[in-house]
Amino acid sequence: MNSASLSPIAMHKENIQSSVQKTGQTDRPVEVVAAEEPSLAGRPDYIKVSDFSFNYVPAVRVLHNITMEIPEKQVTAFIGPSGCGKTTLLRNFNRMNDLIDGVSHEGHIYVNDQDIHDRNLEVISLRKRIGMVFQKSNPFPKTIYENVVYSLRVAGQKNKQLLNEVVERSLKSAALWEETKDRLHDSALGLSGGQMQRLCIARAIANRPEILLMDEPCSALDPIATAKIEELITELKQSFTVVIVTHNMQQATRVSDRAAYFFMGKLIEMDDTTQLFSNPSQKETEDYISGRFG
Amino acid sequence: MSEFSQKIGASKAERAAPGEPMVWFSGMWLAIGILMIVFLLSVILVNGLSVFWPKDVVQVELTETSKAGWKQSKYFAGELRKTQQRRVANEAGEAIPEIQLFVGNRDVYGFGFKFIDDSDISRRTFPQDILMVERMEYGDMIAYPVKLQLVGGKEILAGEQGFDEELQSAVERANLRRDKISFIERGEIGGVNREMERLKMKLKKAELNTEGVEKVKLEAEQKQQVLQQEYEKLAAQAAALRKQQNEDIFFYRLVTGEQRSQVVGDLVSFYYPNQLTLAGKISHFFSRGWGFLVDEPREANTEGGVFPALFGTFVMTLIMCILVVPFGVVAAIYLQEYAKQGLVVRIVRIAVNNLAGVPSIVYGVFGLGFFVYILGGSIDSLFYPERLPTPTFGTGGLLWASLTMALMTVPVVIVSTEEALASVTRGMREASLAAGASKWQTIQHIVIPGGLPGIITGMILAMARGAGEVAPLMLVGVVKLAPTLPLDTVAPFVHLERKFMHLGFHIYDLGFQSPDSEAAKPMVFATTLLLIVLVVVLNAAAIMIREKLRKKYSSGAF
Repeated sequence: MNSASLSPIAMHKENIQSSVQKTGQTDRPVEVVAAEEPSLAGRPDYIKVSDFSFNYVPAVRVLHNITMEIPEKQVTAFIGPSGCGKTTLLRNFNRMNDLIDGVSHEGHIYVNDQDIHDRNLEVISLRKRIGMVFQKSNPFPKTIYENVVYSLRVAGQKNKQLLNEVVERSLKSAALWEETKDRLHDSALGLSGGQMQRLCIARAIANRPEILLMDEPCSALDPIATAKIEELITELKQSFTVVIVTHNMQQATRVSDRAAYFFMGKLIEMDDTTQLFSNPSQKETEDYISGRFG
Repeated sequence: MSEFSQKIGASKAERAAPGEPMVWFSGMWLAIGILMIVFLLSVILVNGLSVFWPKDVVQVELTETSKAGWKQSKYFAGELRKTQQRRVANEAGEAIPEIQLFVGNRDVYGFGFKFIDDSDISRRTFPQDILMVERMEYGDMIAYPVKLQLVGGKEILAGEQGFDEELQSAVERANLRRDKISFIERGEIGGVNREMERLKMKLKKAELNTEGVEKVKLEAEQKQQVLQQEYEKLAAQAAALRKQQNEDIFFYRLVTGEQRSQVVGDLVSFYYPNQLTLAGKISHFFSRGWGFLVDEPREANTEGGVFPALFGTFVMTLIMCILVVPFGVVAAIYLQEYAKQGLVVRIVRIAVNNLAGVPSIVYGVFGLGFFVYILGGSIDSLFYPERLPTPTFGTGGLLWASLTMALMTVPVVIVSTEEALASVTRGMREASLAAGASKWQTIQHIVIPGGLPGIITGMILAMARGAGEVAPLMLVGVVKLAPTLPLDTVAPFVHLERKFMHLGFHIYDLGFQSPDSEAAKPMVFATTLLLIVLVVVLNAAAIMIREKLRKKYSSGAF
């Protein structure tokens, strides 16, 4: 593999080709996947989860010894039945679970080789590097403009010109610019459901985070809006590392490069998406993706 | 058909199941509640407004045998106020019908109202030329005009060409002079007095320090002389004006036949009640209503206007809001956002809720003990030692009244603010935190704006309670008659230590403390109406602000 020397886009293509070539191989343990692609390790925006367990109220363990690595500038999809812990893991990446009383964890999560639970790390600075899009679109009751620049405003940015540029760039990236450029100062609550979710994406990417976490971003949207957002995710991975939680397996196959299957709080299998769906190594995965349960 | 019969035969429980009886039952109670409120409001509205509506003056002639007459007279004239059945039965066991007349001329009769049995009246007439005169003292005069004797001896008889115009202009001149006298005595002489008081205080302060007393004393004496001269000049001016007030004389004849005179300086306004057209009545209605709003009270508050009370209520409510809203909101933010939800917070919350149920007089006593005596007393001994033993802040005043009211209404604000903050969704908070905002930034940018409509609801409730409260205010600063307003043009413009008047207390005072409750009754209704209108206006303003905000941050939970 010589992809280390290629540009991100070229590398992306390379990955797809290599995954297609790898389709024949089966029975690869999860850990081995990472080991076989050393070119991805050590990249700057790389999420590494090592032996991570997570409990809600002390006795309720919802994640069991997860170990995984998420490559830079790729779309990684978390799939699995409801309550399998995929959203919990996603929300651990930017420590949103800290807001819940009585949670505890073991093991480590590294973002860009930095332990996110490090005492010296400000959780705010971590969240500034990680954008998040939620299942239910949650625009603030402010104008479209103010929604997009919110993360910059709270960071103290006052330069008007820069804010204007950020609004235009972010809305263009979220494919919302054409629809909203004449009504930037109208309330965001006047937008349609799909537009609201794209606005939330624009808001999440406004201060150019390294990672974009998406928690079932299309679950409340109609097929047309979903298609738009999926198209958008494919665009976004050119600049961001995207982790997406989805219930929709077609969606996972459409947008993701890598996929991880969770069941009962355990990571069952993680592989390139085409590989995982066409030739899963684990029985549970096969049962799930073929619709035999769940 | 079978379904129908089945329904008839259904058990009691089944028939009740759809809930129709409860719809009627619950609706009935609501209807009763609404009816009571509508009835109360319409009583106040009708009675409050009819005070300003000019009524015809009826002249009654008593029968030969009647003993109701005043002295030997067989005549009375006045506004018909009431027609009723006397509860004391006559020999035949019938209730006796009677009327109540507002006869005015309290200075002559010694009473303002007169009950007369219907059986005593032989004739009722509505004389066209009878005059109703509003006076500075003794209430209204109801009489026939005779003549006007102007300064310089010029006399005009009633009925002559130009009599009404001359009387009108004489009354207007008198009113202007009265305003001028009041300006001189209260404004200019008041200023001189304040200056003298200041000198006295300076002297006293110097004596307390015992240093350079002689020098200060000498200076003060010189200044005092200048002030004394100025005072005498002003007093002479006022005296000259007062003398002019007595120069025009109005002669009139009562229906009893007695001829009397009164100086024009005592008259405020006049009109011929039985000559008024509808338009005239309407214009009279509005001018009297306006006078009620902007004039100062006269004759133990039973005549004149209620401006000081209206103004005092408004200012007190406003200051209360300024004090209570930040206090309550900040406390609620801690309780809702920062405090760890547990037993302690639950106890605090229950305690806050219960505070809202403490009788208001308890707050009044607390305000008197803590704010007035302890805080006010300390302020006096620290900052105004030279004025002691006369208290400055150590007595009831606007500030202490507002603080007491704020304390009383703070639970309302805390409870509604907490609800408002809780209504801001978790998704919204998470979105803000995920964008890299701190907890406080999230509260500041997302939670408080989102909860603002609910916070304003709390403010409205607090205002309604604060503006309508009387009992605690009687202890901490409200008075029957305040000589000065809490806001004026004398530095420092806002006088928080001053006592003030309040519409709620005004109602109590008029209705239950005034010597002539019959004369005060119309004022009670009018004042009640005004207090209700004031509360409604304040609330409407707050609701308008809330609607504007709700449009801006639409989260329509309130």
